[in-house]
Formats: sequence, structure tokens, C-alpha cells
Amino acid sequence: MPRARVLIRPKEGILDPQGKAVERALPALGFEGIEHVRVGRMVELEAEDPARLSELCEKLLANPLIEDFEIETL
Amino acid sequence: MIWGVLQFPGSCDERDALHACGLLGAEPKLIWHEDGDLGGGVDAIVVPGGFSYGDYLRAGAIARFSPAMEAVGEMAAAGRPVLGICNGFQVLCEAGLLPGALLRNEDLRFVHRQVELLADGPKSPAGADNSAHRLSIPVKHGEGRYWAPPETLDELESRGQIAYRYAPGQNPNGSVADIAGVTNEAGNVLGLMPHPEHAVDPLTGSTDGLTVFRRLERVVA
Repeated sequence: MPRARVLIRPKEGILDPQGKAVERALPALGFEGIEHVRVGRMVELEAEDPARLSELCEKLLANPLIEDFEIETL
Repeated sequence: MIWGVLQFPGSCDERDALHACGLLGAEPKLIWHEDGDLGGGVDAIVVPGGFSYGDYLRAGAIARFSPAMEAVGEMAAAGRPVLGICNGFQVLCEAGLLPGALLRNEDLRFVHRQVELLADGPKSPAGADNSAHRLSIPVKHGEGRYWAPPETLDELESRGQIAYRYAPGQNPNGSVADIAGVTNEAGNVLGLMPHPEHAVDPLTGSTDGLTVFRRLERVVA
């Protein structure tokens, strides 16, 4: 079955406290010069009909009000 | 009015919700999420707090697909009272029955404390006297930061859909415009992050929670 990977991330302009927390922790570990960290999630799946993945993302995997998604077929 | 209280795998506040509904009058019904008939008929419904489906994916994202939620959507459309509390509020937003979304608390901490709410909060909370509409109700959540796009917020304000705001200085999660609870346009669907069902007995410090249930009963009275 065709494999796909869906990347979901918070929309631009929406505060991402997880990303902020990661960003704030980095200097203490010696990683300087890293900015604008955003934390999203990735879903891997196999789909008989990859054409329907976009609908699947809009209905379940992502909340289009607050998240953007990208589908990558593998 | 007979209230029904939904129960999903992972719900944890349905018992207190049943207790609260029982104090309002008729014996309430507990309804398993697979029951698309909602226990054979109720007049009003509570979608309770907890962690339905373990909050997997996003809080409320999976629960909204249950057979009972389809029936709740029909009740909402028919103008019957629907109350979503905490996780129930998240479910109603995910189901599109209420505008907006609930995001991770601004400081990433789970908050659990008593907060003061202003009912039908004024547009500029600092200026007005709301002592008559002040409620003391607990919150307990990790994903309660209400968010909606600016154009939606304008609509909510102008239509009076912002039912509850955190009192000035008490916003526990970074919600936009201190919003604690909103209604749909008709006013019969209400979602809020604080837990009115935990504030119905003087033993726990406040009975203000009952006013939240009564507010919805009045919508159809």
C-alpha cells in the first residue's frame, strides 16, 4: 500500500508554548543562535487511496483553524 | 427537564455532572458514547470533562466522531441545551458546534485552582461593576487556552456569545480576551473550561456552578 507522511504544525501567529520552552532550554545546553522553534507532529500511514488524505487531514489529523498540514507521499 | 450526561472512554467528571444535574430536578441519565439514541431521550445534555480517548491527537478530536455526538449535534440544531465542560468544551469546538479552539496553556502547566468568572463579561472588564455576576468555580486543565481568529472574536463580542470571562488578573491559561466560555449564536450550546459541576455544594466552597446549568435551562424555558 502507498505510504505517506503527514506533517502538522501550529499556524503562523499562534503561540506555540512547546516551541518556546524548547527554544529557552537550548542556550543552557550550549546551542546558541537558534530561533523560532515550532513543535508539531508527524503521522506516518499507509493509504489505499492517497487522494483522500487531504480530506482525512482536514477532518481528523489536523484542526485547520489552528494547524497547517503537509502531505508527503513516499 | 431531564439532563443526560455523556460518558466516553477516558471521561472522569461524569459523576459530578450527574450529581449537579440531579440537584436541578429530574433524575439525570448517564449515556455511553456509543448510544446514538441518547438513553432513549433527554431534554438537555452535558459533554463532561476528562480525557476522552486519552486526549490522543488533540483533546476532543476523536470523541467528536462517536454516535452520541451525532445525536448531540441534532439536539444543538434543535435548540436544546448542550453544555460542554472542559474536555467537553474541547469536543464541542472540534465538532464545530462552537467556534474557536482550545490550545495548550501558555505556560505549559496543568492548572488546578478556584477562579473567579464574570458572567456575560462586559467588553472592558476593568471599568464595570460585575459583582452581581461574579462566579467562583474551579479550573483544572492543561489545554484550556481559548483561541479564535480576530474576525470570529469580533463576531462573538458583537453577538454577546462570550458567556464567561476570567476576572481581571485571573486568566489561568493565556486565553484570548480572558475568555472562559462561549455559546453558539442561538445561545443553547455553551462550552466553558471551568467546572461548574464541581461547584454545586457549600461543602466545596461554592454553589455558583448551578447558575451555569440554570442559564441553559432558561434558554428553552
